[in-house]
Amino acid sequence: MEEKIISVGIDIGTSTTQLVFSRLTIENTASAFSIPKISIVEKEVIYKSSIYFTPLISDTEIDGEAIRIIIENNYKKAGIHPKEVDTGAVIITGETARKANASLVLEKLSGLAGDFVVATAGPDLEAIIAGKGAGADLYSKSNRSVVVNLDIGGGTTNISVFKDGEVIDTTCLDLGGRLIKIHPESMKVEYISKKVKKLADHMGILIEVGQSISADKINKITNRMADLIEEVLGIRKVTEDLKLMLTTKDLKRNYDIESISFSGGVADCIYGTYLEEKNLIYGDIGVFLGKSIKKLNLNNTFNIYEPTETIRATVVGAGSHTTDISGSTITFSKDIFPLKNIPILKLSAEDEQLGYEALSQAIKEKVSWFGLHNEKQQVALAIKGVKSISFGELKLLAQTIVGGMAEIISMEVPLVVIVEHDIAKALGQTIQTYLEYKKDVVCIDAVNVSNGDFIDIGRPLANGRVVPIVIKTLAFGY
Amino acid sequence: MVSEKELKVIIEQVLSEMKSKDFTESKKDTGVSQSAVDHIEDNELSDITMVDMRKQLLVPNPENGEDYLQMKAKTSARIGVWRAGPRYKTQTLLRFRADHAVAMDAVFTDVSEEIIAEMNLFTVKTKCKDKDEYLTRPDLGRKFDDEEVAVMKEKCKMNPQVQVVVADGLSSTAIEANIRDILPVIFQGLEGYGIKAGTPFFIKYGRVPSMDVVSEVTGADITCLLVGERPGLATGESMSAYIAYKGTVGMPEARRTVVSNIHQGGTAAVEAGAHIAHILKEMLDQKKSGLELQL
Repeated sequence: MEEKIISVGIDIGTSTTQLVFSRLTIENTASAFSIPKISIVEKEVIYKSSIYFTPLISDTEIDGEAIRIIIENNYKKAGIHPKEVDTGAVIITGETARKANASLVLEKLSGLAGDFVVATAGPDLEAIIAGKGAGADLYSKSNRSVVVNLDIGGGTTNISVFKDGEVIDTTCLDLGGRLIKIHPESMKVEYISKKVKKLADHMGILIEVGQSISADKINKITNRMADLIEEVLGIRKVTEDLKLMLTTKDLKRNYDIESISFSGGVADCIYGTYLEEKNLIYGDIGVFLGKSIKKLNLNNTFNIYEPTETIRATVVGAGSHTTDISGSTITFSKDIFPLKNIPILKLSAEDEQLGYEALSQAIKEKVSWFGLHNEKQQVALAIKGVKSISFGELKLLAQTIVGGMAEIISMEVPLVVIVEHDIAKALGQTIQTYLEYKKDVVCIDAVNVSNGDFIDIGRPLANGRVVPIVIKTLAFGY
Repeated sequence: MVSEKELKVIIEQVLSEMKSKDFTESKKDTGVSQSAVDHIEDNELSDITMVDMRKQLLVPNPENGEDYLQMKAKTSARIGVWRAGPRYKTQTLLRFRADHAVAMDAVFTDVSEEIIAEMNLFTVKTKCKDKDEYLTRPDLGRKFDDEEVAVMKEKCKMNPQVQVVVADGLSSTAIEANIRDILPVIFQGLEGYGIKAGTPFFIKYGRVPSMDVVSEVTGADITCLLVGERPGLATGESMSAYIAYKGTVGMPEARRTVVSNIHQGGTAAVEAGAHIAHILKEMLDQKKSGLELQL
């Protein structure tokens, strides 16, 4: 039995705005005699919008109304009604990823992008989404190797590292093709980002908005930017400038990188060939940066390959790779979905070793920490659980959770429990017993989350057997 | 002609030569004397069935051991076992026989009385008088003598919404391994859905169609039979649930809904129990079972 859902991906970046629709096919792959095993079996991009320059009011402020018109037009062109869209993500990336912009976009797109669409930002998630959109996860899985995808856009370079299909590291640098805007004829600088200005200062190059700049100077700056990419990849000695450009933690560099792919707008300037006179066709340093990276000869050290998506990697990732589905045996007392932006409280492995009484106390304490920062707030409890749990242990675990989450249970919100091992249906039912069926309980499994994540849970699919979920790492982390 | 006496001498000579040769050779080969082998206590021997075969690769110098192990992790098939000449290695052969022994035990033992008592079950027996007859006469494993039917009638709540029964089937081990965890979860789930369950009991020497007699005798809307699956070489602990709405003797097999592969390596008993409770609810709502049931 197949079920198809439509997912939208909208990427609003520093330089470009794009939209895709994907069709996700959900199927029960277990035999008729087994417990169902429902998973996403196919992801297909069914519509790709043109690539638009992101409409801006100022250098950093998005023109929300203009965005809405672009999105509306593309829904019409694709022949898809907002009501048909089941899931998806609006990703606001790079320099435009500011809280003010994000809430503006949310407001303008509400009602347009369907019921269960998240607006989100955050460099780690962006990197992962771009890497998956570019297909780096699959490449690393089928080649059993460590693959790095560098998504070089207008404002930022999002780096994700995959090993055998799993993300093992991410980072983000303030390096991009649109950090200096230059008028193609007059060669006058129209914009320069603060960090790049500083980087140029360190090199003894002074750049001022309104003054013209020579191609030689641009080359020097983009060559330095390319050096920083070598630094972050661990093949050049790390300098202070790298720290300046990092927007988040540095890469761990404790693995052997085999292959590298580039995505984002600048990727096309790396893989493609641009004549000298076309260097400024976009009115920025993107082509220069692409050429500087090409000159690095990274292929002497790594296997450089061209990914399935380059400039569209992030939007395809947003459309096809943000939605996951829960395990197939779950509990929810009634359809209270969608639930949005629920922060995760994940117990550590040590916590789970504590024994049930101490564990209950530990949960209580951690829940109250959440309360300190955010007054009374909904929290989802995430645990690993026990693989082949006995009924006795199951009852103890349920009691522990009910005891530990007392504060949440007293609130007018559902109790949400996320467990890694396949015990959610039994655990959920047992928790309901202890709560005398008076409380809405959501218990889902086969979901991997970390502390600091947020989760969205959508309307049940496949006859109520699974729920779609989107895990967001540090939403609006700016 | 050699005389008898001479022949005897020759034979003795040959034998003694062989003996001493054997001895020195075996000493040279293994470096272990016969007496040392005799003195190994049982508890010094490692239990060969404790080895997790999915993590054991016997191929020497594999081209890509990591990939091989990833493949092995996905199957209980005995791949990557290497060979000694054209045959299995000793270790592989012993493991195969040990696993086979587990399967034989699962079939030939009885479910322990303590567990049946612990789960508050009473026992009825099919027409089979012992295991041998049970195995050779499938037709008798689905029928009951009148006295046994009378026991069911006497002890069971009549006309329940759901009647749960447990049968040894072809693996008593499966029942012993899972029943403690699955029964309470099923009943807890039913309670949560507000479904009234009947009196559970145990069927000795029971085959799947024995549940249809139970359906007719108790008048249950749904009968759910938990039964030990025919053991294979991967596990002897696998249990199935066969569930039928308004079952009747001689009904088509297509009317049974099955949840199989309930064991630690498959679906754990507690989660399977919760899932079965959900199926039972769906069945009551749809008044259908087997292929007609939409899940």
